[in-house]
Amino acid sequence: MTHSPLLVLDGVSVRFPVGMDWLGRPIAHVHALNGVDIAVEAGEVLGVVGESGCGKSTLANVLTRLVKPTAGSLAWTVGARQRLQIVFQDPQSSLDPRLPVWRIITEPVFLREHRTVADLKRLAGDLAEQVGLRREQIGRYPHEFSGGQRQRIAIARALSAQPDVIVLDEPTSALDVSVQAQILNLLADLRRARGLTYILISHNISVVRHFCDRIAVMYLGQIVELGPAADVLARPAHPYTRLLLDAVPEIGRSLDAGLAIADTELPSNRRLPAGCFFRDRCPFVVDGCERPQSLAPFAGLTADNHLARCHRAADLVEDIV
Amino acid sequence: MSAAGPIVAAPVAISDWGFLFYRIRKSPLTVLGILMILTVLVFVAFAPWLATHDPNAISLRARLAPPSGAHWFGTDEVGRDLYSRVVFGGRLSVGVGFFVVVIAGGVGAVVGCLSGILGGRVDTVLMRIMDVVLSVPSLVVTMALAAALGPSLFNAMLAMAIVRIPFYVRLARGQALVIREMPYVKGAYIFGASNWQVLRWHVARNAMPPLIVQATLDLGGAILMASALSFIGLGAQQPTAEWGAMVSTGRNFILDQWWYSAFPGFAILFTATGFNLLGDGVRDLLDPRQKGR
Repeated sequence: MTHSPLLVLDGVSVRFPVGMDWLGRPIAHVHALNGVDIAVEAGEVLGVVGESGCGKSTLANVLTRLVKPTAGSLAWTVGARQRLQIVFQDPQSSLDPRLPVWRIITEPVFLREHRTVADLKRLAGDLAEQVGLRREQIGRYPHEFSGGQRQRIAIARALSAQPDVIVLDEPTSALDVSVQAQILNLLADLRRARGLTYILISHNISVVRHFCDRIAVMYLGQIVELGPAADVLARPAHPYTRLLLDAVPEIGRSLDAGLAIADTELPSNRRLPAGCFFRDRCPFVVDGCERPQSLAPFAGLTADNHLARCHRAADLVEDIV
Repeated sequence: MSAAGPIVAAPVAISDWGFLFYRIRKSPLTVLGILMILTVLVFVAFAPWLATHDPNAISLRARLAPPSGAHWFGTDEVGRDLYSRVVFGGRLSVGVGFFVVVIAGGVGAVVGCLSGILGGRVDTVLMRIMDVVLSVPSLVVTMALAAALGPSLFNAMLAMAIVRIPFYVRLARGQALVIREMPYVKGAYIFGASNWQVLRWHVARNAMPPLIVQATLDLGGAILMASALSFIGLGAQQPTAEWGAMVSTGRNFILDQWWYSAFPGFAILFTATGFNLLGDGVRDLLDPRQKGR
């Protein structure tokens, strides 16, 4: 894999105003992202995991330019527009029921440039074949397809604009288990054939484990741990990553054998905690946790690009190994 | 289909014609409505061939003749054949209905969808304007507008269209508000769509079914209103054959020459009923929640 960053997020923060007082000033803010720094490398699959409300969706919205960062920047190394596309979670509602499939597939193209209908249909047919549909099917409407086929249509649509990066927003969680593997294999094949970069947003740890090169664990709008997938999953350095992994049911382990903090809730993102954001839920709290933590390498790691936002990361990793 | 989805047609209705016919057949009133409208449309389309006389030919020797073999619906006070005048009058009345509904529906759909998509201040201002129009009884506004613009059929049509716009705006806006939140719209913005493109490719298409229902139901009402305006002298002017105007003139002779008002009146009733039945049927067909009733 090449180690050249394609897309660099530098201190990206997003906050939304909530409520208005009588002068039209916001009463409070929801802090959705609080300083996300990450460099997406060309050709990699970057997994983004975290529980609901941790900012995964806002991150996707920032990447797709639906939301402007309140602070920080998002920079492409080789500047060009239209290089990022998205595949949504629910193929039911992400395809317009009133457009024929060839229109859906070519939407990123015909919205931006004038093409003849014959041209668009040819393009749609080619892409349909690449994602495992038949060329004749492009005249049909979405309701005539199964969930897996619809997700293939959504993937073909993402490909039509020839993107470098595709954001996969839980692409398999709305699908039958039997179909999930097919879609993941298709995505893997396409990546090899086209040299694509994926940003996979998921809360399915097993999908992430099999599919991703690197994993970013998000908590309260921050990346708390970032590293090679195998390292992060086998030797989690941040207490939150351990909480997350313990929440995954496993055969041969009782459900309550995990960390005792599993029943604590994500704190409100209206008023951010001081110091380490995870402090209130963390079973390893010591002096020093009241200071803000930075995402940094730590002693005793096996991969040099494994970072954690915790000053005790080195102790905690050893604790497991 | 998700619970919060817009009232969209079961897409079946587009692709599966056999199933559509099956569902229409199951509703006898819809079939009756369709037959009535087809009858009216045939008369409208082939008026010159179906009329027995020139609608404006005066024959003073045959004034106010009762219905007979020569004059099926009788004649009026200057001896014009009433049957021919009813046939040709249909062209005007039905034409006015279509014009009004198409203008009001078209403008209303675009304004309503835009209002829903853009939101914010544009939406607020537009909706308050519509509220003002809605708050006054529509016939009164129409009469005022038609009187202000001068009594002619075209001005009457314009006035009727303006008065009807708010209904379509409200309907379209409600649909747009729901459709705007669908992931395929979010996707369209990511793919680089402008607001106008989102309106054209996604919102307008998906907001259509209830608007079509409203328009079909409205056709009968528009024809009635056109007749009403002509009746009070603000619509079609003499010697133009128009149902409402004919009923109005015939009123002077209603005690002795009942046929003068009765036949154009029946034509209005027939057409308005037909469009209402058709509108009800279309609504049931397009509304998935009505399925199985």
